[in-house]
Amino acid sequence: MNPQSGVRPESGATPGPAAPESTVDELMSVQGIKVHFPIKRGLLLDRTVGHVYAVDGVDLGVRRGETYGLVGESGCGKSTLGRAILRLTEPTAGRVVFDGTDLSTLKGESLRTMRRRMQMVFQDPMSSLDPRQSVESILVEGLRAHDLDKGKESTGKRLRELLTAVGLASTSLRKYPHEFSGGQRQRIGIARALTVEPDLIIADEPVSALDVSVQAQVVNLLEELQDQFGLTYLVIAHDLAVVRHISDRVGVMYLGGLVEEASSDDLYAEPLHPYTRALLSAIPVPDPLVEDRRERILLKGDLPSPANPPTGCRFHTRCPWKQETKCSTERPELREVLPGHRVACHWAEDIRAGRIRPHEVEAVLVEEDGISPDIPLVGPASVTEALNP
Amino acid sequence: MALLEVRDLTVVFERKGEQPFTAVDHVSFEVEPGQTVGLVGESGCGKSVTSLAIMGLLPKRGARVSGTVGYEGTNLLSLSDREMRDRRGRDLGMVFQDPLSSLNPVVPIGVQVTEVLERHRDMSRKKAMVEAADLLDKVGIPDPTRRLSEYPHQLSGGMRQRALIAIALACRPRLLIADEPTTALDVTIQAQILALLKELVRDMGTALVMITHDLGVVAGLCDEVNVLYAGRVVEKAERHELFAAPRHPYTHGLLSSIPRLDAPRGQKLSPIKGSVADNIPWDHGCAFAPRCPNALDVCVQVTPAQEDIGGGRLLRCHNPVRPPVVEEVSA
Ligand SMILES: Nc1ncnc2c1ncn2[C@@H]1O[C@H](COP(=O)(O)OP(=O)(O)OP(=O)(O)O)[C@@H](O)[C@H]1O
Ligand SMILES: Nc1ncnc2c1ncn2[C@@H]1O[C@H](COP(=O)(O)OP(=O)(O)OP(=O)(O)O)[C@@H](O)[C@H]1O
Ligand code: SF4
Ligand SMILES: [Mg+2]
Ligand SMILES: [Mg+2]
Repeated sequence: MNPQSGVRPESGATPGPAAPESTVDELMSVQGIKVHFPIKRGLLLDRTVGHVYAVDGVDLGVRRGETYGLVGESGCGKSTLGRAILRLTEPTAGRVVFDGTDLSTLKGESLRTMRRRMQMVFQDPMSSLDPRQSVESILVEGLRAHDLDKGKESTGKRLRELLTAVGLASTSLRKYPHEFSGGQRQRIGIARALTVEPDLIIADEPVSALDVSVQAQVVNLLEELQDQFGLTYLVIAHDLAVVRHISDRVGVMYLGGLVEEASSDDLYAEPLHPYTRALLSAIPVPDPLVEDRRERILLKGDLPSPANPPTGCRFHTRCPWKQETKCSTERPELREVLPGHRVACHWAEDIRAGRIRPHEVEAVLVEEDGISPDIPLVGPASVTEALNP
Repeated sequence: MALLEVRDLTVVFERKGEQPFTAVDHVSFEVEPGQTVGLVGESGCGKSVTSLAIMGLLPKRGARVSGTVGYEGTNLLSLSDREMRDRRGRDLGMVFQDPLSSLNPVVPIGVQVTEVLERHRDMSRKKAMVEAADLLDKVGIPDPTRRLSEYPHQLSGGMRQRALIAIALACRPRLLIADEPTTALDVTIQAQILALLKELVRDMGTALVMITHDLGVVAGLCDEVNVLYAGRVVEKAERHELFAAPRHPYTHGLLSSIPRLDAPRGQKLSPIKGSVADNIPWDHGCAFAPRCPNALDVCVQVTPAQEDIGGGRLLRCHNPVRPPVVEEVSA
């Protein structure tokens, strides 16, 4: 295909797999979302000396019933985006639309109802479960918060159903989190999210704290539950192999922005953004035959600080395809380069067609500015409290 | 003769009022100069304890170490603390998972490198500074001369790991033990560090012991692989053989449970059932038996012995996975 023919205005009706926006059934979408954390200094922390641009203008939509995977390296803003969607962190700008309703217009009871329909599963199953609570009380808590605790008998029945669904013995109800293995605890975390019958589950690194042999159990469980309960997932993870496996579509983040979005298969078959290419080429494959033949795109230098992001394209300081014009001055927009395949790179078509070749990059010194690392990450005291205030 | 010869290395932790716990159980392997040997396995299988035992870094109290660790014919386990300290600077280098906790936070990076050079290579301060900058440059730290005066917290995670590798290399060790050196790093940074380690082995003939839980890393880096389960080596093979035909049900299970970036999508993963919490002791049975799809009655009654199955492969299993039938590939 002529690469130029793939260039279409964003709003245009596109044939092929990406249907025009109006007919795509989006359960949740974010528009122009930004989360900037102020960096405070001074004795009373009363001076704002800068901002961490954790999420800096992201647009994406998650379709009903699909699994959308969000990948990117540490600190690129994945978790912050997930938290902003649930309004656990107040976005600096932008909108979150859930099932047709702009969440920022909701208050009180209606916000609480809407929130019930979105639940979160966390990375570290141990620290997200209260060690002093039995499994039963962990699960009942969510039900109570949403007035779904309809008497002893029906609640008991519901909890046993849930445990069966996540593959735990019903005798688990009286046990405490420390009596379970990591994988089992993650099952409890998933069961907790399911108690209130959500439509959307945002899973932030749901398997990365687990042993390799156990990860697959949880991945399979998530897939089974999706079929069984008709769930929509937003899965956040840094492991692209896991994400590719479970996601229908994947978004790649770099320094607070989405740089590429495509179906799982397309993204892997033809990554168009230079960062995605480097990322994919860096992931080790458990097969010596593949590893021996592989050509890696080795990036020079480190990730720049999100408190001091590069101008223009955020990736230009490390990009092997960087050009003299545009890259360091204009921020590329996420635009549809192939049907259903969006890329934020000025030169995506030329790179795809091989008209631009990669070149050597001089590693740039990334200054640890000393302002970002020691900021305490303030969060809600308990997850359930945050989700059900 | 191999540079490093580990024989029946066993580490038992003893605590008052508790059952002694065997973390490493008769582990044996060898490493030649210019060779990379991998130790893989899940959390708690004894990888770090093995490396600490080789380096003589386990606490004297509470850890009983037996077996031999031969380094060019000398049993390192028989050396005094002082002799061992000397060796660690000179012959043996080690890189840990968490670079921040293994660098001294209050000493500039430069001093941490020159210290080693002054002590072990008898260099003057001045000469050591030049050499230190050279080392930082070699491991890919930009603007090395300036970085010498900086403190660990001023470096990013990837740069710290490089600094640590530079320190480990300062004394030109012939053996380097890398314990999950990239686990805390992002994949694009991991790729840089792995490329650096490969270069070392190739250009300087360093013998490398690579400890990791990532089978992808193993596939690209290690010549020979030892798969550990609950403190014992359950399978050992050359890397191509291991990945083409895993014989131990645990190795086989691991490989089928990880999603591959290059595999066709839509296939369900086949997890290993249960978790390490289900293990039984090796004393009279196979620790993996409760999770093993191939388990027979004998597996919970008799400890499987380590057998040589030919082709340099070792296997500890009563009912191994059958090797796949190799199809004739016509050209
Ligand atoms: N509450 C906060 N206050 C200040 N800065 C924050 C806060 N939360 C996150 N950050 C910063 O925002 C950036 C993005 O963080 P985030 O946790 O979203 O990244 P991530 O992509 O989830 O990374 P990881 O893969 O490590 O979980 C980081 O630089 C982080 O230090
Ligand atoms: N100092 C110690 N005292 C008592 N037990 C110990 C000590 N150090 C390690 N262990 C135990 O020995 C076993 C092996 O630990 P080791 O650190 O070698 O695991 P590992 O394979 O390196 O795991 P990981 O992948 O999590 O690093 C574990 O069960 C651990 O709890
Ligand atoms: S816009 Fe320029 S710097 Fe950014 S990814 Fe594309 S080529 Fe590289
Ligand atoms: Mg995160
Ligand atoms: Mg370890």
